[in-house]
Amino acid sequence: MKLAYWMYAGPAHIGTLRVVSSFKNVHAVMHAPIGDDYFNVMRSMLERERNFTPVTTSILDRHVLARGSQEKVIENIVKKDKQEKPDLILLTPTCTSSILQEDLKSFVERASQNTNSDILLADLNHYRINEFQAADRTLEQIISFYMEKNYKQNKEKLNKTKEPSVNLLGIFTLGFHHQHDCREIYRILKDLKININQIIPEKSLVTELYKIKQAWFNIVPYREIGLMAAEYLKKEHNMPYVSVTPMGLIGTATWIKQISNLVKKIDNEFNLIDYEKYIDKQTRYISQAAWFSRSIDCQNLTGKRALVFGDSTHAVAITKILVQEMGINVCSAGTYCLQDADWFREQVQGFCDNVLITEDHTQVSNIIAEMEPAAIFGTQMERHVGKRLDIPCGVISPPIHIQNFTLGYKPFFGYEGANQIADLVYNSFTLGMEDHLLEIFGGHDVKTVITKILSTDQELIWNNDALKELQKIPGFVRNRVKRSTEKFARSRNINEITIEVMYAAKEEADDQNNKN
Amino acid sequence: MYKNKDITIKESFECETGNYHTFCPISCVSWLYQKISDSFFLVIGTKTCGYFLQNSLGVMIFAEPRYAMAELEEADISAKLYDFDELKRLCSQIQQDRNPSLIVWIGTCTTEIIKMDLESMAPKIEELIGIPILVARANGLDYAFTQGEDTVLSAIAQRCPKYEPKNINLSFLSFKNNKNKISLQQKNSHIHPPLVLFGSLSNTIVQQLTLELKNQGIQVSGWLPETRYEELPELGPGVFVCGVNPFLSRTATTLMRRRKCQLIGAPFPIGPDGTRAWIEKICKVFNVIPNNLDKREQKIWNSLQDYISLIKNKSLFFMGDNLLEISLARFLIRCGMIVYEIGIPYMDKRFQASELKLLEQTCKDMKVLIPRIVEKPDNYNQIQRIKSLKPDLVVTGLAHSNPLEARGITTKWSVEFTFAQIHGFSNARDILELITRPLRRNNHLKDLGWSTLIVE
Repeated sequence: MKLAYWMYAGPAHIGTLRVVSSFKNVHAVMHAPIGDDYFNVMRSMLERERNFTPVTTSILDRHVLARGSQEKVIENIVKKDKQEKPDLILLTPTCTSSILQEDLKSFVERASQNTNSDILLADLNHYRINEFQAADRTLEQIISFYMEKNYKQNKEKLNKTKEPSVNLLGIFTLGFHHQHDCREIYRILKDLKININQIIPEKSLVTELYKIKQAWFNIVPYREIGLMAAEYLKKEHNMPYVSVTPMGLIGTATWIKQISNLVKKIDNEFNLIDYEKYIDKQTRYISQAAWFSRSIDCQNLTGKRALVFGDSTHAVAITKILVQEMGINVCSAGTYCLQDADWFREQVQGFCDNVLITEDHTQVSNIIAEMEPAAIFGTQMERHVGKRLDIPCGVISPPIHIQNFTLGYKPFFGYEGANQIADLVYNSFTLGMEDHLLEIFGGHDVKTVITKILSTDQELIWNNDALKELQKIPGFVRNRVKRSTEKFARSRNINEITIEVMYAAKEEADDQNNKN
Repeated sequence: MYKNKDITIKESFECETGNYHTFCPISCVSWLYQKISDSFFLVIGTKTCGYFLQNSLGVMIFAEPRYAMAELEEADISAKLYDFDELKRLCSQIQQDRNPSLIVWIGTCTTEIIKMDLESMAPKIEELIGIPILVARANGLDYAFTQGEDTVLSAIAQRCPKYEPKNINLSFLSFKNNKNKISLQQKNSHIHPPLVLFGSLSNTIVQQLTLELKNQGIQVSGWLPETRYEELPELGPGVFVCGVNPFLSRTATTLMRRRKCQLIGAPFPIGPDGTRAWIEKICKVFNVIPNNLDKREQKIWNSLQDYISLIKNKSLFFMGDNLLEISLARFLIRCGMIVYEIGIPYMDKRFQASELKLLEQTCKDMKVLIPRIVEKPDNYNQIQRIKSLKPDLVVTGLAHSNPLEARGITTKWSVEFTFAQIHGFSNARDILELITRPLRRNNHLKDLGWSTLIVE
């Protein structure tokens, strides 16, 4: 047993449901007790989805416990088949119902005799894998099912498209800015004169999945979801894939290069646009991000300390952008994707002082409290930690709230994404005038750490004069000055803070800054 | 038009498949940990339970709540770990970190299925760590949403101190015919048998309802639950109890059978009509003639006129997910609405008997048909009915709200009724504020020409 207050990645069935409900005309039947269908609320609220979420629960109650759920599950599947006429119904248990160890496979077989839809069982161990792994696995399962089905039915042999084309794997519902990223990818590919054959699973039809093979190769922009399917298609159907994330100017350039190289490798004759020229033009003139980091305003970012935490895709990409493209010092880069820990370490090696791999949000917040970065780039949880510690935070990764499902166009990918990220970073740091005020009052990052835990209790007393002095400091830096003074006082075992203590604290901070 | 034959309330009950959406009953920890301020709630379940809690409670999770998951891992499920030791370890840790006066274990579906014997482990661990441990099986196999509170209160009821009858001066009975009724009622407040109200309400509402009864000369001797564990009321033979929420049938049963209390079956104090009937019933049991109640109710109705004019003759459909549906429907019918269907997860006809009777009477008074009451509804069927009936307002959960709105059907999110203050005379306005909000909003937008936002 584990004492847990919060988790970064959801349970397995959430991942499965995200994949299933992204397809068009596919229905999921959950084998679960009342209340486990909370996914429907999330989709309806967070995505502000206009359609009913195609997920029904075959309710597991006391009655079912006594008799087994066989008839009920089969009945519910057959009923859904009649009501909605989906192409595919996928049966998924949850953590709870998977313990019953019922022979769901045989239910699926029996149900499929009476339905027009295809019936599949989500093939997962709910206690070993999380939301992302389950989504990855389910996507592979559905794709491989339809590729094999087509093979068996011996449908017409499909040729590759004449013009270069790609499949986009892993764009789906409740994803972090997926819709916007998808549009940005489409724009760049269009510039490169590459067509998109299929976007999977978002709004695609399972009955069309066999046409995957028409594309020249696959693109997997997010590491968490789609790699398994891409691997399967590579192994079984000889389709190469690109798994670079097109985030940041350098990332996007690498992505474009890899794509262009693949196109050339497949058809050397094809008259591809000069991608080097394209990248150069986009980077230097079209995108604002490169110019932004050269502009004098951005000089103040140099050497600022930031902490990055999130899923592996976003945390790696943001770390690299901060370090390579903006000259920011990443004091710690971390991920909660334990399954991808090795890849993560390898990627951020040399870009940060410290690597953090954990699923425990209290550990992350303690490290933030200890390191006191000038800004955090993390999930909603880090945003709240930042609020408590008075450290600004930009949200760069799920888990997210409704405010991260923006109505406006906010991609993280490509050249427009680079602009968005630059804005996010710039707005997260305290800059310009504010920065100078901090200098004056010595409120800068202090290297020594007194309190290591996230705690607000203190027995320090501010005397009246000091309080008055504190009030004179502009509101937006006041808290920081207050904290650094208190930190100084604690280190000297001073209980009462006077004006003298305040200035002593400031002087020491100046000393520190000079030494650095 | 929806055909509903002239039927009695008995005939209007139906039961469907139970394929409906509602919150898991473990959600009760979110309001109970705030209500019982020295408690700690430990939900013993899986990642699924934890994910539900953290998402449904949103921002609350960031405020270091006094609840946590004991997350079962594969080794727990396969009994490789000894659950007694595991729970002991976690509870000692909670004791060290938070030092609560009470730990409530919330049993979930998983603990039911693997048959974890929480009830027999709790007393042993309680003895080891010295903090009372209660067990409430608020699982989705047996219960829906608000019924979670019912299981917790029923567990707490068994821990309330025992009531020892004091020598009551019975001489007051001789005053019964005294002409001076006011002085009699003042006296009454000290001499009627103890009255304990059950149901978790915000402290303001507790105050308001207590005061409302005090005005009738009735003294509330305690609430189940109180804000602190040590302040729980005394229970035992001779104590009268009365519920304030329609989903507390299990607690009522425990109070009657285990604690030998006497249950006052009354409609629930939701809406001015319900509040009045509730007070009247309590007064009747204690032989008190209600004072000024008529006027009080009328005054509230008068103050609601602006809202009532907005909903009069509008039609309403409850999909059903929190068991407040009967009381809300009864109040809204009194306001002049036409209710097509009352979906409800579970219907205890005995505990809600008075409420059902009031509903029947209300329908008669307002000259409308008794709505069909659908227990364990099937959301798919309901949506077909909604599509053909086109009600002016659908009260439903968040899973269906947005899709219905996109189809031009106005909805009110049902969960808000469980978190808003809706009890007593003074809060009737809050119910109408909630009910009319979507109507008022859509009134503003109605001329824009985009009420349906989907191609079907």
